[in-house]
Amino acid sequence: MFAAMLAALPFLGGGLLVTLEVSALVVVAALFGGLLLGTGVTWGPLALRLVIRTFVDIVRGIPVLVLIFAVYYVSPEIGLRFGNFTAAVVALSLFSTAQVTEIVRGAASSIHHGQMEAGRSIGLTFTGCLVWVIIPQAVRRFLPPWINSVADAVKGSALVSLIGVVDLMLSIQQVIGRTYRPMPLYILGAIIYFVINYTLSSLSRGFEARFAYVRE
Amino acid sequence: MTQGDRGMSEPIVRIEKLEKSFGAVRVLNEVSLDVGKGDVVTIIGPSGGGKTTLLRCVNALETYDAGSVRIDGDEVGFSDGARRRRRGDRELARIRAETGMVFQLFYLFPHLTAAENVMLGLRRVRRMGKAEARERAMRWLERVGLREKAESLPAQLSGGQQQRVGIARAVAMDPKVLLLDEITSALDPELVGEVLAVVRGLAEDGMTMLVVTHEMTFAREVSDRVVFMEGGRILAEGPPAAVIVDPANERVRTFLARFR
Ligand SMILES: Nc1ncnc2c1ncn2[C@@H]1O[C@H](COP(=O)(O)OP(=O)(O)OP(=O)(O)O)[C@@H](O)[C@H]1O
Ligand SMILES: [Mg+2]
Repeated sequence: MFAAMLAALPFLGGGLLVTLEVSALVVVAALFGGLLLGTGVTWGPLALRLVIRTFVDIVRGIPVLVLIFAVYYVSPEIGLRFGNFTAAVVALSLFSTAQVTEIVRGAASSIHHGQMEAGRSIGLTFTGCLVWVIIPQAVRRFLPPWINSVADAVKGSALVSLIGVVDLMLSIQQVIGRTYRPMPLYILGAIIYFVINYTLSSLSRGFEARFAYVRE
Repeated sequence: MTQGDRGMSEPIVRIEKLEKSFGAVRVLNEVSLDVGKGDVVTIIGPSGGGKTTLLRCVNALETYDAGSVRIDGDEVGFSDGARRRRRGDRELARIRAETGMVFQLFYLFPHLTAAENVMLGLRRVRRMGKAEARERAMRWLERVGLREKAESLPAQLSGGQQQRVGIARAVAMDPKVLLLDEITSALDPELVGEVLAVVRGLAEDGMTMLVVTHEMTFAREVSDRVVFMEGGRILAEGPPAAVIVDPANERVRTFLARFR
């Protein structure tokens, strides 16, 4: 069994890279998207808040897999020619953005509104208040759930194999298709995903510990 | 200008026929009020009368519907010019930098030390270098009696100390007017004195102030003028002797009876 795993490894490298690439793109897009939408939904005008809320509720109410199929099969209908890789990244980014938006909103609303007023009263602009007053306080509440969402993105990326993106998951299945030995390969796959996510969650605990000690 | 000797120059704060509604509720109704340079004007009145809203309009933390608020000639909520339009974030920030606000619940920045609380506006709004900002912050902390607490976080300070940092944070910006909204009402009674003492000192030094308070003795002693507000209107205005000590207005008398 161990031998089967070792033999398979060289064929998984490319897939692993694709998984990491998809995850990284999704995480970065969702971080920017989520920060923007989270800020909008917390401090924006009513109309903007409603639009963002609706987007977040819809996206979070749809299974990720359905979202991936929807983007993949519907995008050509509306004139967008997404390849399967792009469609996968777009769909996962939408989902993760909705998640990060909620995390940002949660972190931001844990800060008393008086903080923003105090910042403004000394003459800081809205951005100045965010940078010097809100973010330094909210970051501690943001990081742990955000790193969870990164782990979710890595795990969720396995779904892109279903529209034919050759990621870690699909390369595993390809090897199985040749060797007819699913057991060792799936265990190997589980181990690789686990290692990635365990690294992330250790990182998260490290951050938590660090920000807990800073000034308290 | 009731204070004859101060009546020569344009007032620092000029509020004219200010109107403000929250939905259908009119909270400010044709409020007009001047605060001259170096004057201490105190607003008293029952809860819900619009005192806080008035101060917040002066500091542009609240928008107003009609009328005007001017700080040293500059309209606060709307741009001067041919077309009256609401000011954007950047302009508002510039105007707010000219007024200092001290809050009932302090609202110190909990992630910053006392000194850093005072320094933030100096550094990021006044664009001072670190050393200069620090020196200035230390001067003001000394002034409010907290030099040795400069490196403490707000959570490590008593309510009275926190509020004195709040005052230092506001005055360090060298504002044209200081706005104080019931700054002692969240404090334990034994801590009120130390905070009011700081405000008295500022008054003696000629700081222009618009103060909302329920401390009648304090109001009587430091105010050049007292204003009584109820239901969004100013019902009485004059020197403390006329408004607090011997009020002619019936509503003022009823209100003050509760403090005796
Ligand atoms: N953001 C708001 N939305 C709706 N109504 C508000 C808001 N802020 C204040 N009000 C209402 O405006 C009126 C005036 O409130 P304000 O806080 O200015 O009174 P106040 O004189 O400061 O009272 P207090 O002595 O209790 O502090 C009240 O009826 C209050 O309920
Ligand atoms: Mg009030």
